[in-house]
Amino acid sequence: MKTTTLLHGRIELALHELRAGSGRALLLLHGLGERSPSALPDEISAWPGPVFALDFTGHGASQLSRGGGYTAEVLMGDADSALRKLGSATLLGRGLGAYVALLLAGARPREVRGAILCDGLGLAGGGGEPGTPSLLFPNPSAQGTPDAFAMVELARDVRPPDYATAFVRQANELSGLDRPISVCCAEHPDWLDAALRETGVERARLADALAEYAAIP
Amino acid sequence: MTDDALPLDPELRAARAFPGARRPDRRRTVESFGVKLAVSEWGDAAAPVIFCSHGGFDFTGTFDVFAPLLAAGGYRVVVWDQRGHGDSDHTPLYSWDADVRDLLTVLDSSTREPAIMLGHSKGGSISTHAIQAAPHRARAFVNIDGMPTNRPPPDVADHERTKLLAKELSGWLDYRNKSSEKVRRADTLDGLAERRGRMNPRLSKEWLRYLVTVGARKDADGWRWKIDPVLRPGGFGPWRAQWSMARFASLPVPLLGVLATVSEPMGWDTRVEEVKPYLPRRAEVIAFEGVGHFIHIEQPERTARLVLDFLRSVL
Repeated sequence: MKTTTLLHGRIELALHELRAGSGRALLLLHGLGERSPSALPDEISAWPGPVFALDFTGHGASQLSRGGGYTAEVLMGDADSALRKLGSATLLGRGLGAYVALLLAGARPREVRGAILCDGLGLAGGGGEPGTPSLLFPNPSAQGTPDAFAMVELARDVRPPDYATAFVRQANELSGLDRPISVCCAEHPDWLDAALRETGVERARLADALAEYAAIP
Repeated sequence: MTDDALPLDPELRAARAFPGARRPDRRRTVESFGVKLAVSEWGDAAAPVIFCSHGGFDFTGTFDVFAPLLAAGGYRVVVWDQRGHGDSDHTPLYSWDADVRDLLTVLDSSTREPAIMLGHSKGGSISTHAIQAAPHRARAFVNIDGMPTNRPPPDVADHERTKLLAKELSGWLDYRNKSSEKVRRADTLDGLAERRGRMNPRLSKEWLRYLVTVGARKDADGWRWKIDPVLRPGGFGPWRAQWSMARFASLPVPLLGVLATVSEPMGWDTRVEEVKPYLPRRAEVIAFEGVGHFIHIEQPERTARLVLDFLRSVL
């Protein structure tokens, strides 16, 4: 597995090449507390092009922040750094990575050629509205990745349904794709339910979604 | 060159001679989970604490007139530089939760007794959150133009809104992508004063020049603001002002709210009638006529009098 280092702000990110190839890349985005797989997962072996996987800030082989500060928007910036390197890509996100894939599909609608959202850790985040104000202090004995700050901060970042749908509408209006977002999740937090009520977002089997996006020129 | 030893420099010595301004009586550093935060204090170290949090893109030195006035009223005034601001560390990431955590860490290092909390703008908002999360740490709260408004945004067609968000998002991502290369632009002392003056049009030239000497550093090629160039005003995110607004009603301590009436680029334009429905039982909100967002910097004497009167009446 070849790993490239990308710089996002002051953080060095690890972008892993799981399979070399030509054509548009598939970019894997892992869930909360996870890291990129070390080998190509069987369920995506049918993807015809290269496959990459990114370790988010504070995860896997990427660097940690200092004193926390993690947000889903920062992770969208992480994924954007990989997208810049790859030129364009189809995104496949698990859990937290699925939410980040949705954000990036809306923020970079011309470069993201389809986003596939799958179950995984951190899909729900902190719900649609903030709960009672509280203080977040991580496990003081934690070391290395995943960063304990990432675990507490990204487990409760607020994900309002109409915030998610604003990104869906951008993907719809600006991507030129009929179905820019495919949902393969059993878990449906409020933000995902709201996204599924928008045009351009549909449930799909993973194999079908991969085949559909692979066919996009 | 950064701080109090500077008056040997003639340009600096002249700029520092601003009536009423006084550098902190004590300075220290507090470490918040690996982030070094600069803390300044004025007044009797044994006096009750007024714990002050500055606004976004500001710094402790903006309290150099206001804080000594509060200290003269019998208080120990503690002001801290938020991460990325003033003399505190620049960090890889910035977030609301991180700022609130930093605030409580500095408060812990200052006193374990309930403190008088005071915050301007963003500092008012993170103080509000901190008080709601740790109500036993506060005994009164002064919020200076840091109360949000839930006024609906201008009526814009959906497709126009989509375009505006697209521009904002791509601008934010593009900025982040180049953020590791960013440096603040060097300028003369007067040049930086003129730039700050665009945000604070009613401040005197002398006061602006003073602020440069405490909020900027003098490099070989000129003066630069100390603030982390990675930070960018504006932005987007999931947070809604109405969530903060509604929760003002639950504040468990006496509240003094001070609002600006002159619209400025960094201001929130919150009006008294907008916050009144959300005020807690023991609250007073005052609008300063003819004053912009940086109320305590623009009118430190008047603001200090108001704060000291409020504290006398509620404590």
